[in-house]
Amino acid sequence: MTLSFAILALLVVVASAAAMSLRNLIHCALALVVLFIGLAALYMQLHAQFIGLAQILVYVGAVAVLIVFAILLTRGDDPTRAAPPAALPVWGVVIALAVFGVIAGAVRSSSITSRPPPASPPRAAVKQIGDRLMTDYVLPLEVIGLLLTAAMIGAVIIALREKEAAKPETPTERP
Amino acid sequence: MTPLFPYLLLSALLFAIGLAGALTRRHAILVLIGIELMLNAANLNFIAFWRFGPQAEALHGLMFAVFAIAIAAAEAAVGLALIIAIYRHRRSTDLDQAAALRG
Repeated sequence: MTLSFAILALLVVVASAAAMSLRNLIHCALALVVLFIGLAALYMQLHAQFIGLAQILVYVGAVAVLIVFAILLTRGDDPTRAAPPAALPVWGVVIALAVFGVIAGAVRSSSITSRPPPASPPRAAVKQIGDRLMTDYVLPLEVIGLLLTAAMIGAVIIALREKEAAKPETPTERP
Repeated sequence: MTPLFPYLLLSALLFAIGLAGALTRRHAILVLIGIELMLNAANLNFIAFWRFGPQAEALHGLMFAVFAIAIAAAEAAVGLALIIAIYRHRRSTDLDQAAALRG
């Protein structure tokens, strides 16, 4: 295990724990940005430079900004923020620890982890990826494009304010 | 060069942290962040298995990670739009209060 991997792994674990446990939602989003950058660095360490850059572009550039926007848009008079948690969160942590134990045990007992890494890093430049995308993966690429278009239209329609329904009466305050 | 085992262990830890957050937090956006964490753990697994696999030149694992990132972006957009719509309707993002469909 190299030193750079240890540093990046520590960064990722600390940032993910912070993103899941901090009380301020904006701090959670910022910890999420740190986590995404650490993961992108891990991808680049694995010689997947394109995925690392796409991770920064998509997650840090789009998803994190979208999450911050959603946090700011839904931060109104929220009386439940100071309320104590309804259920005891112990069971969630116990279940997560059990899942981690099962996965770690399966990984540890697997024979694939003892395989030595390939000597030379595979060629994964943007040219090779583009070649694959335009030859073998044309159909999945088209389907992904269709899915993204549908998701974008759907997100706009879902979040669209209904004018005729919202105009005659203000949104009802529910307890 | 780091062997494969630490990457898989880190991915499992990331998945467990995301799962714990998605199960324990009550805020809808934080549950979505937990799901994003789990998706990223799966992506790390894809890349690590691609790097250490026997046919790395075929780029299969890399392609799977590209498509997983695209699907995660679409999922985040739709999920956040749903959260905004629910907030506009109920003035709350607490998941315990959005239990109208509970049987």
